[in-house]
Amino acid sequence: MSDSESSVTDAGFDEWLAAAENNDAYYLECANGHGSLPPRLVCPDCGSTDLTEVKLPETGDIQTFTVTHVPTPAFEEDAPYATAIVDFGPVRLTGQVVGIDLEDVETGLTVELEITVSETTGERVISLRPA
Amino acid sequence: MSDVRVAGTGLTPFGNNPERTGRGLFAEASITAFEDSGVPRDDVEAVLYGNFMGELSEHQGHQGPLMAEAAGVQAPATRYESACASSGTAVREAVKRIRNGENDVLLAGGAERMTNLGTAGATEALAIAADDLWEVRAGVTFPGAYALMAQAYFDEFGGEHEDLAHIAVKNHANALPNEKAQYQRAIEVSDVLEAPPVSEPLGLYDACPISDGASALVLTSESYAEEHDLEAPVAITGTGQGGDRMALHDRDHLARSPAAREAGEEAYADAGVDAGDVDFAEVHDCFTIAEVLALEALDLEPIGEGISAARDGRTTADGEMPINLSGGLKAKGHPVGATGASQIAEVTDLLAGEHPNSEHVDGATTGVAHNAGGTVASATVHVLEVVEE
Ligand SMILES: [Zn+2]
Repeated sequence: MSDSESSVTDAGFDEWLAAAENNDAYYLECANGHGSLPPRLVCPDCGSTDLTEVKLPETGDIQTFTVTHVPTPAFEEDAPYATAIVDFGPVRLTGQVVGIDLEDVETGLTVELEITVSETTGERVISLRPA
Repeated sequence: MSDVRVAGTGLTPFGNNPERTGRGLFAEASITAFEDSGVPRDDVEAVLYGNFMGELSEHQGHQGPLMAEAAGVQAPATRYESACASSGTAVREAVKRIRNGENDVLLAGGAERMTNLGTAGATEALAIAADDLWEVRAGVTFPGAYALMAQAYFDEFGGEHEDLAHIAVKNHANALPNEKAQYQRAIEVSDVLEAPPVSEPLGLYDACPISDGASALVLTSESYAEEHDLEAPVAITGTGQGGDRMALHDRDHLARSPAAREAGEEAYADAGVDAGDVDFAEVHDCFTIAEVLALEALDLEPIGEGISAARDGRTTADGEMPINLSGGLKAKGHPVGATGASQIAEVTDLLAGEHPNSEHVDGATTGVAHNAGGTVASATVHVLEVVEE
């Protein structure tokens, strides 16, 4: 997962992270207009295999959130941190909420996507910053 | 369609036993189940075994044959993995095989070794029941995922942490006489509210413990039970399974469990009962909020009202619908792969009058067991009924 040339990447997912880092995050849209996240060859809603990349809306709203105090080892140095499910319209995303005090995170908050790195591992993390 | 008799049940104590191997645990549970059933091991035609994290905790794959061997059974064996619903799915497959005439005698159950991983290791192992790319790498833990659902529930239907605390208090109270339970210790609402936060709004006392343990069931066809004059008054009369999208954010509902509803509707229809016929249930309360979602999915509480069921006494031991008389996952413990079959064992023993809490369901004829995997991307529901006096 690191950027070193020798490491194996996760096809579809690492490309998406790279695109998101360049402000080009996208979702997949099928012939019937269903949104989903890569890597994917088939629309999970209807089975369509005609999937195209469409730019992710700039902002989304927090639908639910939690502040995690007991993390997995991969986030040991990051805890406590807020995780939220954010509705971007065609798709929803789960990510860490950054750039705000933990006690101020709330349902309905409008956020935008940002790729940060884990303090524990240095790996890229899907994050959400108040817009 | 003929009923499937639960001829024997076996559970190890659930608890913190880091030195005990999976094979040792399952051997013990199976010995009890065979002794309870009076069925000879030679008659077992297959072993259906549930386990979730064996590769991580014991560096052991291919556990089916290993566990058949541990149980002293020479028969084909398969492991079923559906996260925390692993042995629920194993039992469901056993029920279907006996019903379709393929088999007359099966050993079904499960085991999990977890505490040797430590808290961090077990948290990591449990997390892989979620979507690795889109959830785990964003920092979602197993308690974190249920916390997301709890917050969504509070936002949609109301309720607060104190309501959830009553569920933990109830399940601890139920576990007091259960010698197999990990915690035979009463707690107060204030204990839950003052416990360290794990993933807000859930704290340490909203979560089931990390446990080691095993469960085993000897299941037979009705004709085998009659031919061999088995004492097996309880039958599995309904089975159902539901599924949902893997990642929580891809679900239609963040504060409901459609997979459990699907499983429940299928199991009720299969048994020819409805929620009104149910006398009591064992539901998958890995976190306090999970019990709320389960009650509503099974139609034992209206949508949005399950949150008050424990607080208002509807689901306590002397309430109209006792829930988790075993102590539930919360107090009995949750050795993941063992849980589903253990719930069926508890319901069987409660219906048969052989459980330390049977007095609370005196005269009951119908019980339900609900087993959920991950954040309920998988769910199984079984209906059990007394079929012989
Ligand atoms: Zn589609």
